[in-house]
Amino acid sequence: ALSVTVQPRCKIIRFILIQNRAGKTRLAKWYMQFDDDEKQKLIEEVHAVVTVRDAKHTNFVEFRNFKIIYRRYAGLYFCICVDVTDNNLAYLEAIHNFVEVLNEYFHNVCELDLVFNFYKVYTVVDEMFLAGEIRETSQTKVLKQLLMLQSLE
Amino acid sequence: MPAVSKGDGMRGLAVFISDIRNCKSKEAEIKRINKELANIRSKFKGDKALDGYSKKKYVCKLLFIFLLGHDIDFGHMEAVNLLSSNKYTEKQIGYLFISVLVNSNSELIRLINNAIKNDLSSRNPTFMCLALHCIANVGSREMAEAFAGEIPRILVAGDTMDSVKQSAALCLLRLYKTSPDLVLMGEWTSRVVHLLNDQHMGVVTAAISLITCLSQKNPDEFKTCVSLAVSRLSRIVSSASTDLQDYTYYFVPAPWLSCKLLRLLQCYPPPEDGAVKGRLVECLETILNKAQEPPKSKKVQHSNAKNAILFEAISLIIHYDSEPNLLVRACNQLGQFLQHRETNLRYLALESMCTLASSEFSHEAVKTHIETVINALKTERDVSVRQRAADLLYAMCDRSNAKQIVAEMLSYLETADYSIREEMVLKVAILAEKYAVDYSWYVDTILNLIRIAGDYVSEEVWYRVIQIVINRDDVQGYAAKTVFEALQAPACHENMVKVGGYILGEFGNLIAGDPRSSPLVQFNLLHSKFHLCSVPTRALLLSAYIKFINLFPETKSTIQEVLRSDSQIRNSDVELQQRAVEYLKLSSIASTDVLATVLEEMPPFPERESSILAKLKKKKGPGAVSVNELEEGKREGGELNGGGERGGDSSAIAASNAVRDTNKYGKHCFKISISALQLKCWGSGWHWTQECMALLENVDPNPENFVCAGVIQTKAQQVGSLLRLEPNAQAQMYRLTVRSSKDTVSKRLCELLAEQF
Repeated sequence: ALSVTVQPRCKIIRFILIQNRAGKTRLAKWYMQFDDDEKQKLIEEVHAVVTVRDAKHTNFVEFRNFKIIYRRYAGLYFCICVDVTDNNLAYLEAIHNFVEVLNEYFHNVCELDLVFNFYKVYTVVDEMFLAGEIRETSQTKVLKQLLMLQSLE
Repeated sequence: MPAVSKGDGMRGLAVFISDIRNCKSKEAEIKRINKELANIRSKFKGDKALDGYSKKKYVCKLLFIFLLGHDIDFGHMEAVNLLSSNKYTEKQIGYLFISVLVNSNSELIRLINNAIKNDLSSRNPTFMCLALHCIANVGSREMAEAFAGEIPRILVAGDTMDSVKQSAALCLLRLYKTSPDLVLMGEWTSRVVHLLNDQHMGVVTAAISLITCLSQKNPDEFKTCVSLAVSRLSRIVSSASTDLQDYTYYFVPAPWLSCKLLRLLQCYPPPEDGAVKGRLVECLETILNKAQEPPKSKKVQHSNAKNAILFEAISLIIHYDSEPNLLVRACNQLGQFLQHRETNLRYLALESMCTLASSEFSHEAVKTHIETVINALKTERDVSVRQRAADLLYAMCDRSNAKQIVAEMLSYLETADYSIREEMVLKVAILAEKYAVDYSWYVDTILNLIRIAGDYVSEEVWYRVIQIVINRDDVQGYAAKTVFEALQAPACHENMVKVGGYILGEFGNLIAGDPRSSPLVQFNLLHSKFHLCSVPTRALLLSAYIKFINLFPETKSTIQEVLRSDSQIRNSDVELQQRAVEYLKLSSIASTDVLATVLEEMPPFPERESSILAKLKKKKGPGAVSVNELEEGKREGGELNGGGERGGDSSAIAASNAVRDTNKYGKHCFKISISALQLKCWGSGWHWTQECMALLENVDPNPENFVCAGVIQTKAQQVGSLLRLEPNAQAQMYRLTVRSSKDTVSKRLCELLAEQF
């Protein structure tokens, strides 16, 4: 007999964004193909959606046919765009894990660190996330690797 | 300016960034950028070959400028050159540039692939990872062609370093998603599955994403991962807090890995092996138990990590839908979260309970929380949480609580966000029809919908109420009376006028005896709204008027005068004008008998699936609506006809008559029999909507044959089915062939269809 498989939804991180309250993007990491116009539009929409939310809202927002898991750290919004069926709390803590690594690596990270060391932030991201999936979660391991890379010429 | 870390200083870059930040205006910024671009261009074209450090610095500056939002049309060559440096910092910038500014120049691609190839075979794990990350970030077809064969080898080789394995696994995943035809897993399958047993948790974390994706496309080939996943999960869940040190997060052991393992298990049915299943059930019970234990830390990170695992475990329990004990426990746990002080948890609990509501094991348990959910609907401050509460009420609705739930949803609708009103209207309409025992309640509900949210009441909804009133003698009088009263409201929604016009046109005679709703009163009421209505509504009202002339001869002259007026017979709208003219003529020249025949009461509508459900599905997208299958199992086909069995049989008879005339009426008849079949399927506890089953054109080479394809949703799974009907006119026979992925489904379909013929 023939079997008809129902295509499962594509579970992948679509993008990771770090934006400040004014809307300036401090990091944009894309895991799916979008052309430049689409990227710009997405960035603006995400900013519009998260900045109107406050403590009474959840950390999850339905966004187009995906969802955004986000958290605000001082003046920066860290947003991960995932599939509607993805695990909200797991990604919320993935964000926090990432922020703790940045904090440790840059010694009490501030927005300027992300600006002046933008090319290093990509390295941190790639240690922890790759191909739209979580790659490494141990802060110890990630920091050890980053420090090793830091020492290279 | 903050201290830049040692090593790769790049002072020039820091100065440039500072300059940009100090620019007071957009113009100043552009000026500074152009200056820099000119500088870099000249350096790149210059006679002296640039040293690696300088090249790196300039390429990095270009990247910064691009990320600011300005187009960069040079620098690719220099970036590619950096790839062949043996210095990490230079390579890193080179790879970063080409990953962000992807260029499709074939010469560059060739050079890039060459550099990647060298780095992959360099045996330097840092360089290998840089190369792998580049492939994972870019994932182009050319890269897939060049490297799809090499990467699995790297992944499973014994001497590959752990970090490289992690990157290789995810890199392979990316290539598989974008170019699945180039990634042949065949010989690597068992070794890849075996990565679940790796002692490096990071490797397992990465590998599991790859395995999950591959097993969704090739479940049989990867099914050995199930028992390995269960063992792994079991070890993590029962580990002491001192194990897994590097992977313990706020006192929770390997939370992300646990979630991924639970997610992988959701790709498969429950394990067949008793021991494996037992171990897994134990694991799930432990997770549920832990949720009840006092927390090891007050930090929200601890509870989020713990609950992430809990929610994923509950997803798995729901997916299996086979352990009543676990389902009920899950429901109780979620019930506690419904009143948690954290909004996130209340939201997730409502969402998760929605799926639990459709399981027969936990449906009753879910219903016990109805008051809490209703309260959430009324008091939650985040609209998305209120929406989840509304979804849950819809999902938990059954005969026992339908009246209460519909009332609450109507009340919520009065103040609901505009963005969700249409969906709410559809849901209320569906529930009202489904659980109506007393159809006057149904009519009230729909009229209330129109009153409260008229703009969002789509055609499907008000067509449906009319269909039902037409088909049910017992509610016609009530409908006429209620609609008459509703129309009294000074500001009355146009949809109400449509429904009212139609119903009074058909059944106004049932209330005409009462002087307060005499024929002229009815006509004047309708006509008072006439000028406020759009063209389609006016057209409907004109039809109602001619019906009135037939029903109430005493109104003839009044109505004719209206029809005769210039605003009707000279109306600029063609449809209105035509109707006015024709109805006027009809009323003048037709004898009472002829008029009575032409304007006879509408016959009952044929059985067919409510288009409302289809519309809701389309609105919500995949995986949304889960209509309570328990009730469907108990429902008889043919309720529309207001008399259980008889209605159902007559449709079956009509269907079989129609099918016997297949050659005369062709496809149409087959469709009718499919609809009748579908009602019967509901009776078997299956769910099969019109949009799931389709008659296919041009599939069978023989044009006399009919071919259908569809998906039947049973409680546990979706089963694809194919049908072929081959009529043989000469022999007065047909052959019906049914194929599906489950024997039992094929058999049952055959039985059901055989009853039709």
